[in-house]
Amino acid sequence: MKFTLSWLKEHLDTTASLTEIVAKLTDVGLEVEDVNDPAAKFAPFKVVEVIEAVQHPNADRLRVCQVKTETGMIQVVCGAPNARAGMKAVLAPEGSYVPAIDMTMKKTKIRDVESNGMLASEREMGLSEEHNGIIDLPADTPIGTPMAKIFGLDDPVIEIKVLPNRPDSAGIRGIARDLAVAGLGTLKPLNTKAVPAAYETPIKVTLQNTDACPVFFGRLIKGVKNGPSPEWLQLKLKAIGLRPISTLVDITNYFTIAHCRPLHVFDAEKIKGNIHVRYAKNGETFDALNDKSYELKDTMTVICDDSGVLGLGGIVGGTSTGVDENTTNVYLECAWFDPMKIARAGRSLEVLSDARYRFERGVDPEFMADATEMATQMILDLCGGEAGSVIKAGELPQWQRTVEYDPSYATKLMGYEIPAAHQKDILTKLGFQITEKGNVWSVVPPSWRPDIEGRADLVEESARINGFDKIPAISVLKDGAVARSAETPRLSRMRKVRGTLASHGLQECITWSMMASGMAEKFGANDRQKAKALRLTNPISAELDQMRPSILPNLIQAAQRNTDRGHANAALFEIGPVFFGTDLQEQPMVASGIRTGSMGDRHWSGAQANRSVDAYDAKADALQTLAACGLSAQGAQITREAPSWYHPGRSGSIRFGQNVVAYFGELHPGVLKALDMKDTVVGFEVFIESVPEPKKKNGTAFPLVQLSQFMPLRRDFAFIVDQKVDADAIVKTVHLVDRELINDVSVFDVYMGKGVDPGKKSVAINVTLQPKERTLTDADIETISKKIVDAVVAKTGASLRS
Amino acid sequence: MDTAALKQELTQMVEAANDMTSLENVRVTALGKKGRITDLMKNLGTMTGEERKNAGAALNVLKDEISALIEKQAADLSAQELDQRLANETIDVTLSPRPERTGSIHPISQTMDELVSIFADMGFSVAEGPDVEDDFHNFTALNFPIGHPAREMHDTFYLPDDETKEGEARKKVLRTHTSNVQIRHMTNNKPPHKIICFGRCYRSDWDMTHTPVFHQMECLYIDKNVTMANLKGCLSDFVRAFFNVDDLPVRFRPSYFPFTEPSAEVDIGCWRENGELKLGRPKDPADQKWLEILGSGMVHPNVLKNCGIDPTEYQGFAFGMGLERATMLKYGIPDLRSFFDADTRWLGHYGFDPLNRPNRATK
Repeated sequence: MKFTLSWLKEHLDTTASLTEIVAKLTDVGLEVEDVNDPAAKFAPFKVVEVIEAVQHPNADRLRVCQVKTETGMIQVVCGAPNARAGMKAVLAPEGSYVPAIDMTMKKTKIRDVESNGMLASEREMGLSEEHNGIIDLPADTPIGTPMAKIFGLDDPVIEIKVLPNRPDSAGIRGIARDLAVAGLGTLKPLNTKAVPAAYETPIKVTLQNTDACPVFFGRLIKGVKNGPSPEWLQLKLKAIGLRPISTLVDITNYFTIAHCRPLHVFDAEKIKGNIHVRYAKNGETFDALNDKSYELKDTMTVICDDSGVLGLGGIVGGTSTGVDENTTNVYLECAWFDPMKIARAGRSLEVLSDARYRFERGVDPEFMADATEMATQMILDLCGGEAGSVIKAGELPQWQRTVEYDPSYATKLMGYEIPAAHQKDILTKLGFQITEKGNVWSVVPPSWRPDIEGRADLVEESARINGFDKIPAISVLKDGAVARSAETPRLSRMRKVRGTLASHGLQECITWSMMASGMAEKFGANDRQKAKALRLTNPISAELDQMRPSILPNLIQAAQRNTDRGHANAALFEIGPVFFGTDLQEQPMVASGIRTGSMGDRHWSGAQANRSVDAYDAKADALQTLAACGLSAQGAQITREAPSWYHPGRSGSIRFGQNVVAYFGELHPGVLKALDMKDTVVGFEVFIESVPEPKKKNGTAFPLVQLSQFMPLRRDFAFIVDQKVDADAIVKTVHLVDRELINDVSVFDVYMGKGVDPGKKSVAINVTLQPKERTLTDADIETISKKIVDAVVAKTGASLRS
Repeated sequence: MDTAALKQELTQMVEAANDMTSLENVRVTALGKKGRITDLMKNLGTMTGEERKNAGAALNVLKDEISALIEKQAADLSAQELDQRLANETIDVTLSPRPERTGSIHPISQTMDELVSIFADMGFSVAEGPDVEDDFHNFTALNFPIGHPAREMHDTFYLPDDETKEGEARKKVLRTHTSNVQIRHMTNNKPPHKIICFGRCYRSDWDMTHTPVFHQMECLYIDKNVTMANLKGCLSDFVRAFFNVDDLPVRFRPSYFPFTEPSAEVDIGCWRENGELKLGRPKDPADQKWLEILGSGMVHPNVLKNCGIDPTEYQGFAFGMGLERATMLKYGIPDLRSFFDADTRWLGHYGFDPLNRPNRATK
């Protein structure tokens, strides 16, 4: 909402400065978004008199002018054909910045003749496109007059943010009222004197749907002359960015801005018969004044005559009855429309208009008869003519309501006292009617404040006018001496996982929760996700039209972007939701990461530094993530089945009991190709909520550990097995031989090739025996070794490697 | 018996031995089973009385002297050898050590952890809720009337209706704020409520200062006597702790949100010094500028009612803040969009050390 300072002062009698007004507007909740004081920009440019203008000695087209300013004589070289002695012109002096040409004036020599500034054209001043000569002012213009004043540009323009609950601030009068109540002057009275009717208005109004349009004032004014509006009105409208059209239209815009009271004018000669206000018929069309045509629905309110639709009520008028320079009889409409219906119609037709903006927020229902009289008077003043009677159809909507209010509630809600008398003063000045009944007041809000519903609203009115700076700051302290833990179990896991992955060399990133639906399909959207339910109905781009079923593609694309910038080998992770459905439990929290290319750059220390990433890296990341979630490596079972976006031979799942808690492995080459990723990518997905919560117990956090006093013994075994036998099968078998004695089993070599039959592999393990009671004898060791070999042979068909 | 000549001879031999092998040979020559001193010792048997006694004593002295000499020479030689070995083992200490990949924590996560630690100190705990929400929890319960222009302030992403549900649960949206968590928390728990929540939010807006996904943090405190003065106190304490500026000015401005009444926008004080933004109070009060950082207010009675709370008994405050903006301000990060780009250079530069997590008690 833009307005000028002088326009505001038509409603507010004040001595306050612009700065004070701007500060107060923000204080009372009418947030100032911009203040544009054109006078400040034009301040250096003042009227001068050209005393002498002679031919430049070295240039045919230039003249050397002696110029009289308010401070003395200076010399300016000028190229304008109209520069002549005795003229009044505008000088951009040395040192001034000229915005329109983005140049700071400097003392200079033009073809060896000194020049101190510039005599400006209208174009150079940004006033118009006129550039045939310099500005040529009337001879009686006093030297030193600011240019801004001459061109009516000395009126600061203030823009405030209109909050959805404050339709009254979409009119200058409402703004002036708040300022007056806040102590910045007094609200000037309005002249609402009725204009006597010279005849009866013949165009009658019928309202068919009073829920949409409960009341309509109409009036015929005959014999008007509708040319361009007077300069003062044009300047006002131009200053706030509105284009003057014709006097009648400009008057309606004037009321919209000044009073938040949209009006409409019809060319009465073009109305066929009488006015009817009704719902549109589905498919009905009309041509609007904004040069568009609209197809209407039966929820929209239209203003019609006997022949059809004239305009969309409260939103936009139609061309068929538009006023123009030939209009002599005008029909004035001042109506009230249901805000919700206006909002819906406006949104569905995508019409933005000053009228819609105000009607959907709520126009003052009591300011209709007066507005009709005032607008009539203004039309008579500016266009002449003779007014007919006012036609009133329908009844004002019921806006009155009463709020029972105990003024001590302000103290209870705000935490400091605003005295009842002060509240009463503020509310009364704001237009509220208060009836005191003991300690409780019955408060009727003014007709222009549809937002006031309850007692909290009344507290806000008093508090905002009183000033939010008066609210004391009282700390909120915790109840106990020691704060309890604030994290949820899930959040705690997320934090631990984040720290774990970052300390293992992955960089945390955040990517969109949506992705292209084609990509989502490749990551299981059609299998496990209710794909259709998770397709956005209004995506911001086709690349982001589906809620993600996996984080991996986002990470892979991010890695590719880094590679494209010359930074390959990205290792990234993200902790965030994925979406399998729209219900609460269908949006699990996932920690997902990738490593791409190699582990790093080449390094003098050896090939380990830049080895290629492989599925075991992803497995390690997954297991560490699970460990951070409280799942021990022993509790996890590794199985081969992983989803289709993984390499079928180089991937696996991690289960805990029946739950799949993670996937890991190398990404499927076909999927990488679809993502334009050329490097190897390994990745993992851990469902961090699927690891069960540890049971909360009151005992100690750890079981007792027994540290044996006997030396551990280590023995190596090498087995030849079929290649398809999992190493894990050997390890598990060995563990089961003696759970007490066998402390650790690790695979330290896997070999295929020369010396081992085709289809077989050699798996070498190291077994750690930890005696607890006594030192082991040779016989003990031989016995356990035999048991180990026998068990592995029996379970996996292995033979001991000789 | 004259041992002097032998002593001189053996001493020369010991001193001439310049490695352990030749020293060992000297030892054998002098003290071995068939060594020179041993041989002389064997001769003692042929001697008698006083002569044997004297010769024996002299030989023992010689033996000890030579033994000591050999020992000393051995020590010198091994010290020399060690020096030699160490000299040969010298490495180029300027070479870089074996690389270890360094990861990092995203600035948004850092900010979330900081918020948890600050609000935990004030007695708040965390609540959570879903990203895909229904119309009721995102709008209606928060006192957004259907069709009200306030709904249009949120550029909402919609999902297809859930045909299996009735009424407002049918209409699915991506939450436009984390306030849905407040509603779910108030609906499922009994007051008092003292929670913070944060997470992803979604609005259909994409330009220099908006991204379709962003993060919010919200705070809710409902009890019987929680006032707007408490809101101001809590917020002042919070922004001063978060931005680490003890006297950070805090300004409340009246505003409008459907879910609070009264409502306030909250600004923090700042100024510019040589073009650089500084938070706090400038030396010259005339230089004081304000930055809007969050929206707040007293929870609207309708919202309390919608969550089954009696607004005549309970009241309290709520506020919400965009995490990206707060993070940008605190750490001087210039571009919002870079938060979501996963540029490894950016993550390395603005990311945080995983081993140094925020904690109010530590530096």
